[in-house]
Amino acid sequence: MVKVDAAGESSLINVRDLDKTYRRGEEEIDVLQGLNLDVRQGEFVAFMGPSGSGKTTLLNLLGGLDVPTRGSITVSGDEITHMSAGKLTEWRARHVGFIFQTYNLIPVLNAFQNVELPLLLTKLSKAERRDHVEAALSVVGLADRMKHFPRQLSGGQEQRVAIARAIVADPTFLLCDEPTGDLDRKRADEIMTLMEELVAKYHKTILMVTHDPLVAARAHTILHLDKGVLVEARQASQDTLAGGVA
Amino acid sequence: MKFGGLIFANLLRKKIRLLLTIGSFAVALFLFAFLGVVRDAFNRGADVAGADRLVTINRTSIINPIPLSYRDQILRIPGVKYITHNNWFGGVYKDEKNFFPQFVIDSDNQRQVFPEFSIPDDQWNKFLKDREGAIVGARTMERFHWNIGDRIPIKTTLYGGGSWEFNIDGVYHGKRAQDDETQFWFQWDYFEERIPERLKGLIGWYVLRVNNPDESPRIAKAIDEKFANSPYETKTETESAFAAGWVKQFGNIRFLIVTIGSVVFFTLLLVTGNTMAISVRERTGELAVLKAIGFSDWSVLFFVLGESLVIALVGGLLGLILAIVAIPVLANALNGMLPNLILSPALLAFGLFSALLVGIVSGILPGVGAMRMRVVNALRRV
Repeated sequence: MVKVDAAGESSLINVRDLDKTYRRGEEEIDVLQGLNLDVRQGEFVAFMGPSGSGKTTLLNLLGGLDVPTRGSITVSGDEITHMSAGKLTEWRARHVGFIFQTYNLIPVLNAFQNVELPLLLTKLSKAERRDHVEAALSVVGLADRMKHFPRQLSGGQEQRVAIARAIVADPTFLLCDEPTGDLDRKRADEIMTLMEELVAKYHKTILMVTHDPLVAARAHTILHLDKGVLVEARQASQDTLAGGVA
Repeated sequence: MKFGGLIFANLLRKKIRLLLTIGSFAVALFLFAFLGVVRDAFNRGADVAGADRLVTINRTSIINPIPLSYRDQILRIPGVKYITHNNWFGGVYKDEKNFFPQFVIDSDNQRQVFPEFSIPDDQWNKFLKDREGAIVGARTMERFHWNIGDRIPIKTTLYGGGSWEFNIDGVYHGKRAQDDETQFWFQWDYFEERIPERLKGLIGWYVLRVNNPDESPRIAKAIDEKFANSPYETKTETESAFAAGWVKQFGNIRFLIVTIGSVVFFTLLLVTGNTMAISVRERTGELAVLKAIGFSDWSVLFFVLGESLVIALVGGLLGLILAIVAIPVLANALNGMLPNLILSPALLAFGLFSALLVGIVSGILPGVGAMRMRVVNALRRV
């Protein structure tokens, strides 16, 4: 289970005293303040909170897309907060799978080519890349849509392709920013069922930002942020509060 | 190359824009090649000039004649090996548009002074015996579909005017690709027989070969001093200097061509740079996603530069192929006004190199912009 403000030696992800401050002109805006967090392998965590609470900033920091003002983030024993930009790029390629609200597929590439993108950064042969892509598309149920371009797919199918792209290189964890935000309820349910399957069947670790309580309820744990501070941690399935909330 | 598919897919994203950009490259490269061959054609006189040849003209201007009687006096100057003389005839075949250069020649010495032109001996011997005979360059023969033995009229407004009839006795070929094969030569005797009395005994210019090119300055000086203060003062210079001076009469062709060429390339740079900038701006989000999933900043620069280089390469090659096909056609359409428009391998290579350079320069700015783009900011805009 997720531990907040706890010593997390056995955790996959350890966040300690994390601050993120943006400067706008003369004004300093504290987006995240003293955040502590531990996430274990195979956990499914949802971050909720009002706009501007720091959810996406936290996701960007965890994904190595941004650097904190203070504090540390350690993933599988690697502290990423002091990595150079180049190292961080390599680290992202190996450890992070991104899933975005608007799918962000490359429109001129078909489903196969979109999913193959992360593998182009590896030393896999063409045949090995093909095997991996076909396996990833099978997991998301789109093995028969490999040659389809994004414009030929529904929103739900596009997000499935994006999920296949996120998992194809077998990353350490997945970061999802409003993955169902552009989908209707039925498609959102399908995507969440797929995410649950990734956790249950393939032991993936997922950290997800969402505004939707029904979507968040599918996660193991829901963490609420407000004004850059974790204010509540709740076991989604048992509807109980976790201790030690900052 | 595993990234090739991504580069080509991006290129084909906006097909009309791609075609227009490639088209602008192709047109620019064609124009570049055409301007290049025109410049080369103007400079060719200097390029093909014999190192051991001098040209003596009237000091006032080449259109002023000098006496034929100077020939023997010049020949007696130490170091002069051969001398021949020419006159400009300035005629046309049937119509004004059928212009080509005709020269009155001194048949006794023409071949010794201009050894780069080859004529079969039987044809030359026939010409020597035919007072109204003519030797014609291979390109002019081809242009008017003439054959040896044809009798053709040439109209002139000079030398009393009228139509002059000639028998084509032979065809000359240049030994080098750059040699002019458009000329028409005929006999001095026939010329002098028909021109007005006041013009008899006057030639247009002398061309002489010297034993040692190093002695050319001394010989030129000796010739001009010999005829100083006479009614027909002379000006003698090397053939290449003469050719360069001839080109200068048309203005600063080189400057003009370099200026036009530069403007063309600068415009092309703006067009392709703008296209690449728009193309990169349109897919800021996609490039951000690539960077998010692990593509390095340098990879992104490589993609953008790769696209602009492919556009430059394809457009450049198309333009040069167009030039290879079209320049001979244009050369014919110019009716021999410019001899031998030759598209040299060096010009083609320089054109392609310039196109690739423009491709790199136009891709650099948007490429570096994409490279420096912060993923977080770019994703926020998606």
